[in-house]
Amino acid sequence: MFKTMELQAIYVMWLREIKRFIRSKSRIIVTVVQSLFFLFILGSGLRTITTGNLGVDYLYFLAPGIIAMAIMASSMFTGVSILWDKQFGFLQEVLVAPISRISIIIGRTLGGATTALIQGFIILFLSIAIGLPISSSIGLLLTFIFMVLTAFTAVGFGLILASKMRDFQGFPLVMNLVIMPLLFLSSAFFPVTSNSIMKNIAFFNPLFYMVDGLRGSLIGSNNVFHPLIDLAVVSIICIVTMFIGSYFFSKSEV
Amino acid sequence: MQILDIIKTYNLTKKFKDITAVDNISFSVKKGEIFGFLGPNGAGKTTTIKMLITLLNPTNGSAEVAGFDIIKKRDEVRQNIGVVFQEPALDTELTGKENLDFHARMYALNREKRKTRINDVLKLVDLEDKQDVFVKNYSGGMKRRLEIARGLMHYPTVLFLDEPTLGLDAQTRRAIWEYIKKMNKEEGTTIFLTTHYMDEADYLCDRIGIIDHGKILVIDSIEKLKNTVGNDVITLTCSDSDKLVKKLKEQTWINKIKQYDSFLTLGVEKGDEKIPIIIEIAQSLDIKIKSISVRKPTLDDVFLSFTGRTIRDQETQNNKEQALPPRMKFRRQR
Repeated sequence: MFKTMELQAIYVMWLREIKRFIRSKSRIIVTVVQSLFFLFILGSGLRTITTGNLGVDYLYFLAPGIIAMAIMASSMFTGVSILWDKQFGFLQEVLVAPISRISIIIGRTLGGATTALIQGFIILFLSIAIGLPISSSIGLLLTFIFMVLTAFTAVGFGLILASKMRDFQGFPLVMNLVIMPLLFLSSAFFPVTSNSIMKNIAFFNPLFYMVDGLRGSLIGSNNVFHPLIDLAVVSIICIVTMFIGSYFFSKSEV
Repeated sequence: MQILDIIKTYNLTKKFKDITAVDNISFSVKKGEIFGFLGPNGAGKTTTIKMLITLLNPTNGSAEVAGFDIIKKRDEVRQNIGVVFQEPALDTELTGKENLDFHARMYALNREKRKTRINDVLKLVDLEDKQDVFVKNYSGGMKRRLEIARGLMHYPTVLFLDEPTLGLDAQTRRAIWEYIKKMNKEEGTTIFLTTHYMDEADYLCDRIGIIDHGKILVIDSIEKLKNTVGNDVITLTCSDSDKLVKKLKEQTWINKIKQYDSFLTLGVEKGDEKIPIIIEIAQSLDIKIKSISVRKPTLDDVFLSFTGRTIRDQETQNNKEQALPPRMKFRRQR
């Protein structure tokens, strides 16, 4: 009885995120189209200057970065939807239900991560469709794992920020302000290794390990660390972020 | 064990920093009744509800809902209550039916129960034909009805309604009242509601508690409360009320005299026969009567007699207090 109730609660919170995601056509379209803009316009524009140095078509270099970007974007939506629920009272309805806060957090996180992954996979498949060479089947499997970990980290990050913020109009702006530099310093758009200052900063950037790991496993070149080292780092980052996010969320007041 | 008191509070107190929002209140709500908390905005009604529904922890005192302690047995309390919040708490991106279905799942109703129960509650609030419409397209009244339906989904022992008709037009308010009466009758649900509308409390509640500045001033059935004022209420304004009151106090047929800044109220039997007598008395004292009227007592009179102010005055004052923090502190500390 107790267990089925908690499972139902997790399922409800998950299903709610998914339903809202599928119904919000603009959200899917914007994320996908924006990612494609980056991939094709930025990619085509810069490929002529860069291809020689990278040893691989710039478009293919860029693809893993854009996948990470698409996944990170959805952490924003998780945060916004939490603030939305606070603002419009739905959170109270959930909090007076006889279910534990942990179930609420698990359900939400799974929902947020699922939507993040859907967006990531759309970009991945489109990249493969335009000819992105895949290093190996194990590499592809590792890519999936990196995507899952990135998605959960992104949601955890959204949880942290949403628990600490009240102003839901300012939230996307703050989120952008944080994510943009992280993305630039993650080697998503260009290799950071050519500049030693940038490189040192990048080592403290969680996103760097995600992008580096994705690149190493997906296209098998231009990565700084071995994908398995990245995997270990990203796993730790993911667990820590999720832990802090859940803690903050469970402590946040209505 | 049969529980007769669905809600019981013992010296329930909530302090926010130096403001005491709810001050040592003790009351009980009987099974099957509609109990109302009547008081101006800022009197502590919502804070009381939030403690009873386990969203706030009391600073002092305790309470039991459906026989369970609100601090030690949160989950049991939550299982037994339905809540309609002051602000709508629906997911507007979902349909009406989905809102109900998600709610039912959180309360562990199985598939068949969910199906039949959704139909039942939708029928109760006449929203069957709107069940597949997104809630964002609902009107204010429809949202309220859906929330009431949702509050009933899991067969709660007691339903909490915080200002159920706030911001709704007169017609919709009437309709909501009918739904509340209907579910109290048909489902036997005990109802605890808060309101600052006299007519709402008068129409709906079996018993009310008048609450002001976090304290309960009186709890009784509406009939008895009105009787404390008198069978009929005569309101009058005159040129010299002090003198008139002195004389009127000698009259044995006046049950109650209250003198306010600009007017007097008298509680009497057979009010219309007493008006000429009062005018005669006034004339004999050379006092001019500016206006005089007789009516059946309302909750307004009850509120007036217990707080010394009408509920509207009280609200203006509460608003002023909010605008002037130092005065507020002074008042609340009394």
